[in-house]
Amino acid sequence: MENFPLTSEDQHQMLAEIGVQHFGEMLKCIPEKLRNPKINLPEALSELDAQKWFCELAGQNITLKQNLSFLGSGCYEHFIPSIVRHVVSRSEFYTAYTPYQPEASQGSLQMLFEYQSLMCELTGLEVSNGSHYDGATALAESLMMALNHTRRNNILIASSVHPEYRLVARTYLQGTHGVLEEVSFSPDFAFDLNDFKKKLSPEIAAVVIQSPNFFGLVEDLTEIEKLVHANGSLLIMMGHPLSFGFFKSPGEWHADIACGEGQPLGIVPGFGGPWLGYLVTTKALMRRIPGRLVGMTKDHEGRRAFCLTLQAREQHIRREKAPSNICSNQALCAMMACVYLATLGESGVKQIAELNLENANYLRDSLGAVPGIEVLTKGTIFNEFVVKFSKPIQKINGELRKRGMIGGLDLERFYPTLKNQTVFCATETKSKAEMDRFVSELKRISQ
Amino acid sequence: MNYPNELRYTKTHEWVRRDGNVIKVGITEYAQHEITDVVYVELPHVGNSIESGKPVCIVESVKAAFDIYAPMSGVIKAINTALESDPGLINRDPYGSAWLFELSPSNVEEWDSLMTSAQYEQVIKQGV
Amino acid sequence: MNVESHINLEQDSKLLFEKSKPGKSGTPLPKRKFQNRNFGKLIPQSLQRASGARLPQLTESELIRHFINLSRKNFSVDTHFYPLGSCTMKYNPKINEDIAGLEGFSWIHPYQDISEVQGMLRILHELSTALSEITGMAEVSLQPAAGAHGELTGMMITRAYHLSRGDTKRTRVLVPDSSHGTNPASAGQCGFEVVQIPSNARGRVDLIALEAALDDRAACLMLTNPNTLGLFEDDILQICEAVHRKGALLYYDGANLNALVGNLRPGDMGFDIIHLNLHKTFSTPHGCGGPGAGPVGVSKTLIPFLPVPSIVKKDGQYGFDYNRPASIGKVKSFYGNVGVLIRAYVYIRMLGLDGLKRVSHDAVVNANYLRKKLSTIYNVPYNDFCMHEFVISTSNFDSKGLHAGDFGKRLLDYGIHAPTVHFPLIVKEALMIEPTETESKEMLDRFVDVMRQIHREANESPDILKNAPYTTPISRPDEVLAARNPVLSFRDIER
Repeated sequence: MENFPLTSEDQHQMLAEIGVQHFGEMLKCIPEKLRNPKINLPEALSELDAQKWFCELAGQNITLKQNLSFLGSGCYEHFIPSIVRHVVSRSEFYTAYTPYQPEASQGSLQMLFEYQSLMCELTGLEVSNGSHYDGATALAESLMMALNHTRRNNILIASSVHPEYRLVARTYLQGTHGVLEEVSFSPDFAFDLNDFKKKLSPEIAAVVIQSPNFFGLVEDLTEIEKLVHANGSLLIMMGHPLSFGFFKSPGEWHADIACGEGQPLGIVPGFGGPWLGYLVTTKALMRRIPGRLVGMTKDHEGRRAFCLTLQAREQHIRREKAPSNICSNQALCAMMACVYLATLGESGVKQIAELNLENANYLRDSLGAVPGIEVLTKGTIFNEFVVKFSKPIQKINGELRKRGMIGGLDLERFYPTLKNQTVFCATETKSKAEMDRFVSELKRISQ
Repeated sequence: MNYPNELRYTKTHEWVRRDGNVIKVGITEYAQHEITDVVYVELPHVGNSIESGKPVCIVESVKAAFDIYAPMSGVIKAINTALESDPGLINRDPYGSAWLFELSPSNVEEWDSLMTSAQYEQVIKQGV
Repeated sequence: MNVESHINLEQDSKLLFEKSKPGKSGTPLPKRKFQNRNFGKLIPQSLQRASGARLPQLTESELIRHFINLSRKNFSVDTHFYPLGSCTMKYNPKINEDIAGLEGFSWIHPYQDISEVQGMLRILHELSTALSEITGMAEVSLQPAAGAHGELTGMMITRAYHLSRGDTKRTRVLVPDSSHGTNPASAGQCGFEVVQIPSNARGRVDLIALEAALDDRAACLMLTNPNTLGLFEDDILQICEAVHRKGALLYYDGANLNALVGNLRPGDMGFDIIHLNLHKTFSTPHGCGGPGAGPVGVSKTLIPFLPVPSIVKKDGQYGFDYNRPASIGKVKSFYGNVGVLIRAYVYIRMLGLDGLKRVSHDAVVNANYLRKKLSTIYNVPYNDFCMHEFVISTSNFDSKGLHAGDFGKRLLDYGIHAPTVHFPLIVKEALMIEPTETESKEMLDRFVDVMRQIHREANESPDILKNAPYTTPISRPDEVLAARNPVLSFRDIER
């Protein structure tokens, strides 16, 4: 209760200045029966007690730092340089509002401009917005862009796109004319071209594909891209952003929109958020981008200046005619990605990508040699892959937990036919010894 | 402000030029002044059918976006692509080089229900 | 574009890319350990990136200087008075940051087994319960990531509710003309037609116009209370009765809850759906524009439509409930902006009920004090007792060629962030001022002095305002140039 600067003397003087005897006089317009409701809240805590109690609750969680984890599937444990936290902890950044007053926000604005620039380089595309809530909502907004741009109503999305992204996209399409149809995958988890060809029609506004996909497979988009564009549809590519440090970028695949989850770029897992939805596109679609965009211009003296731009379509101006209702972005998370990418730099981002793919390949090879374990993602991978056990995954994970390890996601949760299958992820954070230990424990467990 | 006599006008500040069966549409000097610096024009597609009174395209300033309404029904015949690279034309030459689109009307008689220059000027004076 | 060469380091606006030099790196990465296995070689060339992502190359010390100097070009709550109306720029307690940053919260994975994250789930469950208590709603979902996201969720719930009753005619959403732009945008994005309801002479919803618009096509009325003029909708009980009598729902935009928190509950007023902005009322930082959190609360009838999953407690264990067949579905991956939710819960636990009451009490005192003092200098169009904010109009300076925005810009020179300008739309040349409970009487008095000084300048030499600010890192940017020739990345500069 300490942070209230008005003393009782202040209150007294201020009420007198306002011209009332009591505070309640100012609330006369509020119906009496609404006032002073009974509200049940726990007692206020002192700062000391709050620190203790919340630390205790934090201590009840099993963390990725204390336990050896091979869990991925949309949330990745990556190395985060210390500089990231130090920069975003500057309260000049984190206690500022959306940069509506450019003269008082050049710091935020330049930082977002740098984020946009870095994301263009990483994805090989031309225009990035200032970020979205997360990968799932970035996809949903991309679909809206595609529907508006092509004035068509149907979307094809690979079943190998992260299930949570597909679920959110479906929710967003309620109340619009958009219809979402899925394209299946082959037994080796590749995008099913035959199924795709059957479903591709002149009504298709966009085709969504994730690479590396939910099963870890890096897809070859050569033929898909040709078919999509010959059909006059847009190609929307999702993917782990660090994989673009080594694998072909969305721009090189001629994707029209790259979108996805930016969490791997210097953001903690944090039980699923706040993270970062990235959305990068071509010049042709620039004016369809929802959300904040920072542009460079000059001030009255001709100095370099940054400001929010292309705002005329946004909700605060267009109201019900706005193409999206989005007001905020995840600016502070975009800042984490900005600092992270700048710290890694050109060679660092490639090296991180290589460390991931080497670790994952090593782990895959090692597990492939274990009896009772079958590797199912046999093609090119980045940092995760599917394996099959002869027992339910719940059992495997329970055994791992006893040994202080965290296993992978049980695929049956989202794909009922994929029984006894799980996704293992090995990022650059895993040492050879840790992976060897994991393999040897699994040897015992899988028997 | 200037409202050429040979043109017809709408309440939503479009001007209409008729040359036989070809109709050219733009926005008035009053409208460009209210919008201030035009930064972008989203033009319609050639071949689209448009309906009198319905929005056809969008003119944007830094702080606002304005719908441009079809003064007459018909089919879009041509669009002024010069506005894509130089939207400021609308501020400089609203009745000339900054026309927005050409249409072939489905009902030429709609022309007669549009306002004359004098009528439009009256509307502006009344502060509509 | 040229960068001037002989300028103060602090004012330097060079980009990372322009400071980059080949061969530098910001951090030593682990060495590759399986080089001899040549995994990379097994990967077809056709799948590989042709050339490296062209990222800048700088050392850690260079990077730190770059970013810290950028931070110094910002106004923020921690450095400046920030009376930005409807944004509730209150102080963000530091303990919130420390708690959210604990390893036990920041290094846990959303797909871990629930038995491994009981401490986390308990916080989410208790926060949801506390928000239900504070708002008087039957259940609160923590899923939405921002206020606008909460609104969209609320509109989807509205749609699902009417459809579940076979009522397909309800295609319209009503919003007052004073509403935030997001309200109509959210309704529009969800496929609704938007009908605007005029305000009456007292700045409140016009009941007669409302009654007229309420027909069997009306799905919902979206209302901010207090509204964007800072005025309490004193006909709220009649409004609610009328809306419900016609079978529509009443939606509460929680942007202005700071005026009421602890003392008044939207649930008691009769609202069916609400969203909260935890980054406003509940002190989580705005972060230059995000991340925030926009939990959505509903009345009992609407619980089945809430997004999945909800967090439940069963047999002493916390877990997720996905089994909600009538749910609108998932609106975000995983469970919401958890890190933001933790901060809000720390705030609630530190204040308790008495503290929350004090929040709205002091916010209202501060706003009325400023309103009273400024109304002797400026025009306050609806000069009634306000709640947490109020609106002044500078339209009497039209003849001098001054706009509300010019007053805002001049404030920057006095070290005060501009109020919200040109909003709400129903007041010409509006400046919307929200001091929050954070500010002391001394700060408010200083603000009044500054506003008096600016008033004098506006009368005597309006050009001072027109060309302001003078003391910020840049003067007014050319926004027309920015929009006509968009330069949106380093690539565009090179072009």
